[in-house]
Amino acid sequence: MNTVTRAHLAETIYTQVGLSRNESADLLETVLERMSRALEAGESVKISGFGTFSVRQKGRRVGRNPKTGEEVPILPRRVLVFRPSHVLKAHVNGVQPTHGEDE
Amino acid sequence: MTRSELIAELAAANPHLTGRDVELIVSTVFEEITGALARGERVELRGFGAFTVKRRNARTGRNPRTGEAVPVDEKAVPFFKAGKELRERVNRGKPARGGAKAERVSA
Repeated sequence: MNTVTRAHLAETIYTQVGLSRNESADLLETVLERMSRALEAGESVKISGFGTFSVRQKGRRVGRNPKTGEEVPILPRRVLVFRPSHVLKAHVNGVQPTHGEDE
Repeated sequence: MTRSELIAELAAANPHLTGRDVELIVSTVFEEITGALARGERVELRGFGAFTVKRRNARTGRNPRTGEAVPVDEKAVPFFKAGKELRERVNRGKPARGGAKAERVSA
């Protein structure tokens, strides 16, 4: 299966926007870094037509080492969840997104 | 943070670019990711995370109100798994009041 990477995305910015290759790569990095910073601060990142990245607080629970059966405490932590928009879900199913349900 | 706030931050950090260019950059990024997923490809951005498409088998669902059985077709769902670096940053990160944003405000 093909994998799209930073290089592909930077190349598309280069051809679409007409910035230099270097600057295109830098801007892609800035986009990802700004999103990461907001998430790090516990803020949600809501991209209309794409989806919402949010931070969820998980409580302490008792886990188990599957190999030994030993109980291990899992400490409270914060995890990142992504909720795709209706538009993105429609695209991966090859259907025309319905309008008005974007989030 | 919304799409427009992201665009505003990028524009402020890159005063030499036009607003139109910044908007185009942001939409290009998300459209490319969407396009790749629509083709069934995966998008891997080291340190940030990976977008993939997961298949869900057809199943028999139930209307929770009437209890009636309804067939649910097989479908594909977009999935994002945070990369190691981002996962650690999010877990380590402080709530907004103590975070980088609040520091900037109080400075």
